Amino acid sequence: MGVEGIGARVVRKEDKRFITGKGRYVDDIKLLGMTHAHFIRSPHAHAKVKNIDSSAALKMPGVVAVLTGQELVDDKVGNLICGWAITSKDGSPMKMGAWPAMAPETVRFVGQAVAVVIADTKNLARDAAEAVVVDYEELPAVADIQAAIKSGAPQLHPEAPGNQVYDWVIGDEGATDAAFAKAANVVKLDVTNNRLAPNAMEPRAAIADYDAAEEHFTLYTTSQNPHVARLVLSAFYNIAPEHKLRVIAPDVGGGFGSKIFIYPEEMVALWASKKVGRPVKWTGDRTEAFLTDAHGRDHITHAEMALDANNKIIGLKVKTYANFGAYMSLFSSSVPTYLYATLLSGQYNIPAIHAEVVGVYTNTTPVDAYRGAGRPEASYLIERLMETAARQLKVDPAQLRRTNFITQFPHQTPVIMAYDTGDFNASLDAAMKAIDYAGFAARKAQAKSQGKLRGIGVSCYIEACGIAPSKAVGSLGAGVGLWESAEVRVNPVGTIEILTGSHSHGQGHETTFCQLVAERLGVPISQVSIVHGDTDKVQFGMGTYGSRSAAVGLTAILKAMEKMESKAKKIAAHALEASEADIVIENGEFKVTGTDKAIALPMVALAAYTAHNLPDGMEPGLKESAFYDPTNFTFPAGAYICELEVDPGTGKTSFVNFVAADDFGRLINPMIVEGQVHGGLAQGIGQALLEHAIYDANGQPVTASFMDYSMPRADDLPSFNLSHTTTLCPGNPLGIKGCGEAGAIGASAAVINAITDAIGKNNLEMPATPDRVWRTIHAA
Amino acid sequence: MYQTTYHRASSVDEAAALFAKGSEAKFLAGGQTLLPVMKQRLASPSDVIDLGRIKELIGIEASGDTLSVKAATPHYEVATSDAVKKAIPALAYLASLIGDPAVRYRGTIGGSLANNDPAADYPAATLALGATIKTNKRSIAADDYFKGLFTTALEDGEIITAVSFPVPAKAGYAKFPHPASRFALTAVFVAQMKSGEIRAAATGASQSGVMRVPAIEAALKANWSPTAIDGVNISASNLLADIHGSAEYRANLIKVMAQRAVTAAG
Repeated sequence: MGVEGIGARVVRKEDKRFITGKGRYVDDIKLLGMTHAHFIRSPHAHAKVKNIDSSAALKMPGVVAVLTGQELVDDKVGNLICGWAITSKDGSPMKMGAWPAMAPETVRFVGQAVAVVIADTKNLARDAAEAVVVDYEELPAVADIQAAIKSGAPQLHPEAPGNQVYDWVIGDEGATDAAFAKAANVVKLDVTNNRLAPNAMEPRAAIADYDAAEEHFTLYTTSQNPHVARLVLSAFYNIAPEHKLRVIAPDVGGGFGSKIFIYPEEMVALWASKKVGRPVKWTGDRTEAFLTDAHGRDHITHAEMALDANNKIIGLKVKTYANFGAYMSLFSSSVPTYLYATLLSGQYNIPAIHAEVVGVYTNTTPVDAYRGAGRPEASYLIERLMETAARQLKVDPAQLRRTNFITQFPHQTPVIMAYDTGDFNASLDAAMKAIDYAGFAARKAQAKSQGKLRGIGVSCYIEACGIAPSKAVGSLGAGVGLWESAEVRVNPVGTIEILTGSHSHGQGHETTFCQLVAERLGVPISQVSIVHGDTDKVQFGMGTYGSRSAAVGLTAILKAMEKMESKAKKIAAHALEASEADIVIENGEFKVTGTDKAIALPMVALAAYTAHNLPDGMEPGLKESAFYDPTNFTFPAGAYICELEVDPGTGKTSFVNFVAADDFGRLINPMIVEGQVHGGLAQGIGQALLEHAIYDANGQPVTASFMDYSMPRADDLPSFNLSHTTTLCPGNPLGIKGCGEAGAIGASAAVINAITDAIGKNNLEMPATPDRVWRTIHAA
Repeated sequence: MYQTTYHRASSVDEAAALFAKGSEAKFLAGGQTLLPVMKQRLASPSDVIDLGRIKELIGIEASGDTLSVKAATPHYEVATSDAVKKAIPALAYLASLIGDPAVRYRGTIGGSLANNDPAADYPAATLALGATIKTNKRSIAADDYFKGLFTTALEDGEIITAVSFPVPAKAGYAKFPHPASRFALTAVFVAQMKSGEIRAAATGASQSGVMRVPAIEAALKANWSPTAIDGVNISASNLLADIHGSAEYRANLIKVMAQRAVTAAG
C-alpha cells in the first residue's frame, strides 16, 4: 500500500468543493430562457379528477403553459414502469395498475400531480398554480395494509382485485412444515417494519432542455443512475429516443435509494420542454420530498421459528405483507421478495425456510428501495426472532447465535443465496469484547441502583450486496443487467481519467477510485480524475445502489486498468528493448525488473499518442474500457451490540455504547468506510427510535415536515465504536464486499433488542418512541 | 412567499404607526415562526414591520427583585447573560433549550410570547414566575395574558416592549423535547417566590396552551420536594395527543418534569 493506495485513509478529494459551497447541483444550473415548473398536486388520497380549469391561470403574468394529465395521454406518453416482474404462487404475473406521470382521471395518493404550470419564474408558477381550479370527486381511501386487505376495502386499481399486487412464495413449504412437526420449541413473533421517508439533503430536481434544431434533449437530474434513467425514459415513455437524450446527474446531495427511480417530474419536464420550446426546471421542496420521494420499508410480518432440543434452528416460516403505496415504483416489486426473503436465513444454518409475501396497494406514496432495501427488514425480523427465542429458551442470546452460525463456506441457503465466505464468530467475538459483554450484568445492576433500566442487544446481520450477477437477476425477473462499465484514459502527458458508470452522491468515489489507480501505478491521486454522471461522457453504467460501486464498479475499473497496463507494458518493453514479461510498474514508472532501466508513465503515454515508435501492428492511444459482471452477490456481515438505558419515568432511551464489528472484505479507504457505517447506523437507529412516515385512516400524511417527522440528529446518536474483521470476498479480484448499507441493515434490531432487554418486555414496535416505551413498561 | 412590503422600524412609536397604516400588517420580531409560515404561503401580510432593530427593545436589566428582559432580546442573549444567570438561572437555562443555535440567535422573547405557541418555552417561565408583560399601551399580568392556543390579551397593533420577571427564591425548569420539532412535548417551570407563593406552569401539554398546574402547586406548597409530587394525580382530559405523545403520556410528563424541575431548583 502506498500513502494513497488501497487501505490508506486519504482525505476526500471532493470535500473541498462540498464544504466550501462550490458543489454544482441541478438547482445551481441556470439555462438561457429557462422556465420553471410547479406541479399541482392532489390534496386527496383518492379522488376522481372531474375537471381542471386553467383559464384564469393562463392569463396571469409570466405563465407559459398549464399542462395536464390528459395532454400526456393525447401525446401518447407512456406510463411509469416497474422493472422487475414478480410471479405469484398461482403462476400469474403481478397485477399492476397504470401510473401516469400526471393523473388524467384518478388520483391515488396525496401529492400525486394532476397538472403542471410552466412560468417565467418559480414564484409566478406558484401564483398561477393557485388559480388553477381542479374539481375532485373524493373517493374512499385506505392507507394501511390491514385495512387494504379487508373485504370491502376501497379498491385502488381494477387490475388488482383486493388491492393485491402479488402473493409470492419462496422455499420449501413441505420441508418446513415437517421441521415444525418435530420441533422441540417454536418461537412466534409479530413485527411491523415502519415506513420511512428517505430525506436526502438535496431534494429531487430536474432541468430539461430541448434543442429543436437537433431534436435533442438534455436532462439534468438528481439521479443515482443516469444511464438507467436514459434507458427507461427513452425505451418506455415515447418522449425522447436514446441517441437524442443526454442525461446528466451532476453533484447529487444524497440518495439512499430514493434517486434510483424514474419519477413523474423528470418525465414531465422533458416532455414539457419540447412543448413549450424552452428549458424547464423543477426543484422539489421538502414537502414535495415527503409526499413524492419513494418511501421505504412498511411491512407487517408474522414469523415462526422451530428449534430442536439442542437449540438448533430447524425451520422458519414467514408471512409478510408489504405496502407498495398507490403505484408500483421502478424496482419496488423486487424489494420485499428477492431483496428480502432471500436473506431470511441470516447468519444461521436453517435447513428449511418458507416465506410468503403479499404485496398490497394503499392510498399512500409509492414505496421502493431505501438504504438496505429488503435486507434491513429481513435482518430485523431474524434478529428479533433470535432474541425472542433466547428469552423464551432462557439461553444467552449471543450463545444461541453461536450455536446456529454457519461456519462452513460456501453455504447454500434454502432461499436462493449461496454465501461465499464469512466468519460470523469472529465478528461477534470482536463486538462482545469491544462492549465488555461479560461485564454487562454488573453494569446493569449498577444502573438499577440509580433508577435506570439498562439493556443490551445483539444483532448479527448479513446482506447480499454488489448487486448483482446479471444472469441470476434476469432469471428472477429483473428487466436489466446489473454489471458495471468503466474506461481508463491515460492522456498523452500521463494524467489519467477514469470514466465510471457508478455515480457518487456522497460515497467518495472521486477519492476511493483514484486510490486503486494510485495502488496499481504508484502515481499520486492528484494525477487522476474521476468522470461520472453524464451519459455523453461515460459509455454506459448501471449506477450506484445496493453497495455495488466498489465491488462491481471498481472491479470494472480494475479490468480496464489491466487492459491498459498490458498495452502500456508492451510499449514500455518496446522502448526499453526488453521482454514484456520483465516489465513491472512501480512509482509511476515501467521498469525492467532487476535492472535500472525504466521509462516513466508520461513517456509511455506520449509514445502511445505520438505513435512514432510503437510495436508493429499496435493501435495508437492508451485508453481501454471494460464491462464487469459479477459472478455472485457479495455478503457483508457483522455483529452490532448496543447498550443503553431507559428512563422509566419518561420512557426515553439513552445510549451507553454502540459497537459495530463489520466484515466488508477489503477496505479501500477505511475513513470513508467508517463514514458510511456512521451514516447507516444513524439511519438504522433513526428507524428504531425516531422515524415513521404516518398516514391517518383517510390517507392524509401527518408527517410531511421536519416538525413532525423525526430525523435523527447528532445528539440522538451515540459515539460509535467501530472495528473490522476481514474475510476477503472470493467473488471479485479486490476481495471487496461493500459497506454502504450495513449500518442501516444491522442497527435497528440491536436497538430494539436492547430496549426490550432493559424493560423486560419482548413486544415493542419501531419506532420505540418514549411514549411507546413508557406505555410498554407500564402496561399490565 | 407572497409579495409583501418590508419596513424596518426604528422606534416603537414608528412601528405602531406603520402597523396602523398597513391593511394586513404583521410585526416581525425574530421571524422564527412568521417567516416559515410566509414561505409556505400560509400567511400573506401586506406589510411586515421589523421590530428587531429597535434599540429601546433590546437589553436585559436587573434591579432589586426584578429582572427585565426587553422584548426583542434574542434567546441567545438571555441564555448567556450573567444578570439572568444570577437572578433567575432557570430562565437562562430555559432560553438555552429553545430550538437550535440559529433559532436562539434570531428568536426573541417578545416574539415567543406574542405568538404563544402552545409548546413554546417562554410562556412556562412567564406564567410560573408571575411575570408582567409590558406593552406600548399597558402592563399585563401573566395570569391575564395567555388566552389559549396562539391567543393572547394583546390587542391588534399592540407591541410587547419588555417582560418583567420577579426574582424568585428558587425556580427550576425541566423540558422533555418533542423529538422532531424540539419544542416542548411537555415542560414544566416551578417557582418558589420570595413571598412564599408556589407557582408551576406546564407548556406543550394542554389543548389550551400554557397552564398553571394547581395540584402540583398545592403539593409543593405543603412540601417543596420532588417526592411531594409522587401522589399527585394529573388528569389526561384536555391534554394534547398526537403521534409523539398521548394525553396520558403528557399527564405523566407533567408530573415527572415537575419533579425534575424541583430537583433542578434545589
